[in-house]
Amino acid sequence: MTVHTGIHTRSAIKTRTGIQPISAARRAKDRLVQVLVYLAFALAVIPLLSLLWLVVKNGIGRFDMEFLTHSMRNIGARDAGGGAYHAIVGTLEQVLLASLIAVPIGLLTAVYLVEYGEGGRLSRTISFFVDVMTGVPSVVSGLFVLAFWILVLGMPFSGFAGALALSILMMPVVVRSAEEMLRLVPRELREASYALGVPKWRTIVKVVLPTAFTGIVTGVMLAVARVAGETAPLLLTVFITDSINVDPFDGPQMGLPLYVFDQAGRPTDTAINRAWTGALTLILIVMLLNLVARLITWWRSPARRR
Amino acid sequence: MAKQIEVAGLDAYYGSHKAIEGISMTIEPRSVTAFIGPSGCGKSTFLRTLNRMHEVIPGARVEGKVRLEEQDLYGADVDPVSVRRTIGMVFQRPNPFPTMSIFDNVAAGLRLNGRYSRSELEGIVEESLKGANLWNEVKDRLNKPGAGLSGGQQQRLCIARAIAVRPQVLLMDEPCSALDPISTLAIEDLISQLKLDYTIVIVTHNMQQAARVSDKTAFFNLAAQGQPGKLVEMDETSKIFTNPAEKATEDYITGRFG
Amino acid sequence: MRRSAFRRSRGDGPFRFASTGAGIVLLAIMAAIGVFLVVKAVPALQANTSRFLTELTWQPNATAPVFGIASLAFGTVLSSLLALLIATPVAVGVALFISHYAPRRLASVLGYVVDLLAAVPSVVYGLWGVTFLVPFMLGPSKFLNDYLGWIPLFGGDTVVGKSMLTASLVLAIMILPIIAAISREVFLQAPKMQEEAALALGATRWEMIRMSVLPFGRPGVISAAMLGLGRAMGETIAVALIFPATFKISFQILGPYGNSIAANIANGFGEATEVGRGALIASGLVLFLITLLVNMAARFVIARRKEYARAAA
Repeated sequence: MTVHTGIHTRSAIKTRTGIQPISAARRAKDRLVQVLVYLAFALAVIPLLSLLWLVVKNGIGRFDMEFLTHSMRNIGARDAGGGAYHAIVGTLEQVLLASLIAVPIGLLTAVYLVEYGEGGRLSRTISFFVDVMTGVPSVVSGLFVLAFWILVLGMPFSGFAGALALSILMMPVVVRSAEEMLRLVPRELREASYALGVPKWRTIVKVVLPTAFTGIVTGVMLAVARVAGETAPLLLTVFITDSINVDPFDGPQMGLPLYVFDQAGRPTDTAINRAWTGALTLILIVMLLNLVARLITWWRSPARRR
Repeated sequence: MAKQIEVAGLDAYYGSHKAIEGISMTIEPRSVTAFIGPSGCGKSTFLRTLNRMHEVIPGARVEGKVRLEEQDLYGADVDPVSVRRTIGMVFQRPNPFPTMSIFDNVAAGLRLNGRYSRSELEGIVEESLKGANLWNEVKDRLNKPGAGLSGGQQQRLCIARAIAVRPQVLLMDEPCSALDPISTLAIEDLISQLKLDYTIVIVTHNMQQAARVSDKTAFFNLAAQGQPGKLVEMDETSKIFTNPAEKATEDYITGRFG
Repeated sequence: MRRSAFRRSRGDGPFRFASTGAGIVLLAIMAAIGVFLVVKAVPALQANTSRFLTELTWQPNATAPVFGIASLAFGTVLSSLLALLIATPVAVGVALFISHYAPRRLASVLGYVVDLLAAVPSVVYGLWGVTFLVPFMLGPSKFLNDYLGWIPLFGGDTVVGKSMLTASLVLAIMILPIIAAISREVFLQAPKMQEEAALALGATRWEMIRMSVLPFGRPGVISAAMLGLGRAMGETIAVALIFPATFKISFQILGPYGNSIAANIANGFGEATEVGRGALIASGLVLFLITLLVNMAARFVIARRKEYARAAA
């Protein structure tokens, strides 16, 4: 074979001796990209820091007991005082109701996709539309509930209508996270249960779901955190009120995000300050939910690594 | 262009775990040196310290000296990038760039290092593919993706890619372990041709392969799981396989363990 | 039929039925969204005295309702594209920072920090945008107008803080985390084998990324950007607080122009009459269809990526 004749006649490359340092241009380019990448990260974090700083700085002033225990009834934009109690109550009720609707449907859909779907046409269709549903703008889900629940069925604006809109936003998130967790449950575990003669549904309820439980809880909490900050769908379904309304099934309610939006739209300092404090409260709630979800993940991760 | 490598008192770590300890050896130019030993003995780790690929793994570090003709590879002013440019490597599983054509795969290293005209590149790519015994099989489809080749062809493509930049040493980390016997034979033929031009170091699990292709053989072993790997002995391949100095070497070669 | 000794357990049927039913409910909701938006949009569209698709103004509450989607759709598309243009390079940089540059111990913590950006509710971005960013942007906007005014985008005689540019910037910040998170996952999946191949050839870190990480990650980044685009188009409250709510088509992104379908819904809902609500629902239907297309395209790219990844493995 005439193999290395070619290698010896190779004229294009200079003969090199020892380890040649790489060219300055290449080194400079490598450095430049490194600087750009670090810069990109700084650029992403600066708005976050600015935002958090302003929320804390401007929000802390009114973060008092009155804010947490009073509504805005009979308080004008110019008046000092007032609070977000009605909004906090509304948000808690709306999010709870939304979860009660979205979690069972989402969880059962995930069970269908993982355990019963078997890659058939229906399961592929559902899976595709779950993805598409993730992209439904929140304002559109609000419009849908407005059109269907309030305009066609003639129901009143209410916390429950808002919960319906939020549940549409929650469902795909719950499905995806639960699906992922169910798929992590080892096949052997299911087979061990089947081998004992346990029917499929009992295997799912007694073996699969408990194994995936913490993961599912984490996913649900992240979904809750996502919808707790939604404003647009509430605006169209819950409407706005300054008074306390503890009944989520009848009449306009308030929600914390709505409260921030409402106060931010009023052109006085006292109102803007209330908006900041509302934002602070909202961020605290959302961050707390996120943090708890992360802690659950972190806490169970050693078991998963096994 | 083949160079001699001298290693003195080399330790390598993964985080706090010491993977190999106190290795010293001389690797002769224009020859094939084989590293053998049971799994986990650190022979692949040691190979990767020779072109500073070891430190690519997060937390990995090296202590000791590796000299390429008097130049310390771990010197303060030595850039690992230029070390790897000088000491080429072929991996256990063929890893051509999937988005690049066969031609571009071979030219990849050259393009990093500067300007070549199209005709210069074509010349070098052809020579490198011939050098890797692959030219005749791919010359009509140089613009097709490298991932479309068979496993053995992909591995020879990777060898062509490595020799295209004209390294001074070629390191091979179990280059045949993912290949069928016929492809393995082709690579072994290639190795015995390449050693006329290069210093070659090959890690292998295959005793017969070490006996067939190498001039010198180094046997690595570890006292127990979790202990660092050590060099037991290094000698002419014929001597290691017929009359090793150490009992452990003989036990391993005759298949008593490992 | 005789009962077999091997008959199904009694619970299995209902459980299977319930889980299949839940999946079907999900499909039904998606269908219902389309159907009911159409049902409530049609009467308003019939009352419209102008052409919905080409009319610029939005006066559905008038006795002779005049409204059209043109200026709103324009604003939605322009602001989202600008946001995408700003966010994508930064997001790719952030993703690379976390996947290939940051020290490994720090990387996951820093990744969490970027994820926090996504956890901030949009109304808070709106509040921050309208109180801080709007006045802050006045200076840089004037600068752009003075020195780069010959570029049509930065031209115009009036420069304000409540502009298309400011709104796009807020949108960019809001979609950055999702683009960064998906890109990061894709970059982390880039095969170590090919990264080592590049390094062993004597590639610098950037050259290694260019040779093995970026080609592998490109389809993922594209679909991430498209998902981000969908998010930006549907984003409502933050931009509702910032847009000056005009109904003009203008490319002068520093001027007092700008609106979007979603922002118009939030701003116009309060005083909308029955026709007004129908008109807003009609505009929402358009938004729904646009985002549906963008999202399906993104999913299509992802699906192709999976095949490609499988082929490469």
